[in-house]
Amino acid sequence: MKPFKRRRRGGITATFEVGEAHLLASLAAGVVELLRDRNGAEESDADPLAVQLGMGGPSLPPDDPVLLRLLPDAYRDDPDDAGEFRRFTERSLTSIKVANAEALIGSLVDGGLTFGEMPDDTHGAIEVELDGDEVQAWLRSLTDIRLSLAVRLGIETDEDAMLVAESADDNTAMTYGFYEWLGFVQETLVDALD
Amino acid sequence: MSAPTPVSIAEPDVDDVVELEDPWVTIVWNDPVNLMSYVAYVFRNYFGYTDEKAHELMLQVHHDGRTIVSSGRREQMERHVQAMHEYGLWATLERQDA
Repeated sequence: MKPFKRRRRGGITATFEVGEAHLLASLAAGVVELLRDRNGAEESDADPLAVQLGMGGPSLPPDDPVLLRLLPDAYRDDPDDAGEFRRFTERSLTSIKVANAEALIGSLVDGGLTFGEMPDDTHGAIEVELDGDEVQAWLRSLTDIRLSLAVRLGIETDEDAMLVAESADDNTAMTYGFYEWLGFVQETLVDALD
Repeated sequence: MSAPTPVSIAEPDVDDVVELEDPWVTIVWNDPVNLMSYVAYVFRNYFGYTDEKAHELMLQVHHDGRTIVSSGRREQMERHVQAMHEYGLWATLERQDA
């Protein structure tokens, strides 16, 4: 990957290898799928006006720990207020997060990423150029993906992160590698905005 | 049919009164995932804080585990918390004296 940088005329660009772009897109798609499982299935049955007004969402927090981290309680010590807030806001928060992840995938597709069979040369270049809205979607979506991976890795404290980094388990090491790499991608994006 | 005569009444500035008597705060909590540069960016970009203030708040979150990033009316704090959740920061609101 060539890190994000700001072009003279203002666009923010980075270049990913095809394999990296595929990884990013599939991780973003995973977040979309998870969020849709929570707040997509019953949407077709919901009262359209209530949906438009952001009403009628679930008031109980998700059981899934990843979803709970993406859609946290707004009130720490008051389950009633937390439930009421969630009922009015969770659906819109979910759809914003889904839209951000889809925008990230869209930028990669605009940069030449195709799905289906992997090309023989996975080192080909996918160049993305982000406008202001896309930058915001990328920042948020990269965060959502990293939060999801962190929950799966069991990273709840700074100490956990150090333990996971030293794990001998292959799957954990691979997922942690993705997590760290996404942090690098995001860091170069934040740097490019300064 | 007759139209009621409009009467002009000077209204007190309710917002000011509420802000004094009903102080709510938005708290951002530390997490091991979000990058320090990103958290400072969010504070600059969303709240419009200076580089210095945003950096200071970010360090408070990092070192103290939490910090108050804004105070005011409850509805306003709810909007801030929702925005922080969009950014992926862990935020809650509470009454200041709670």
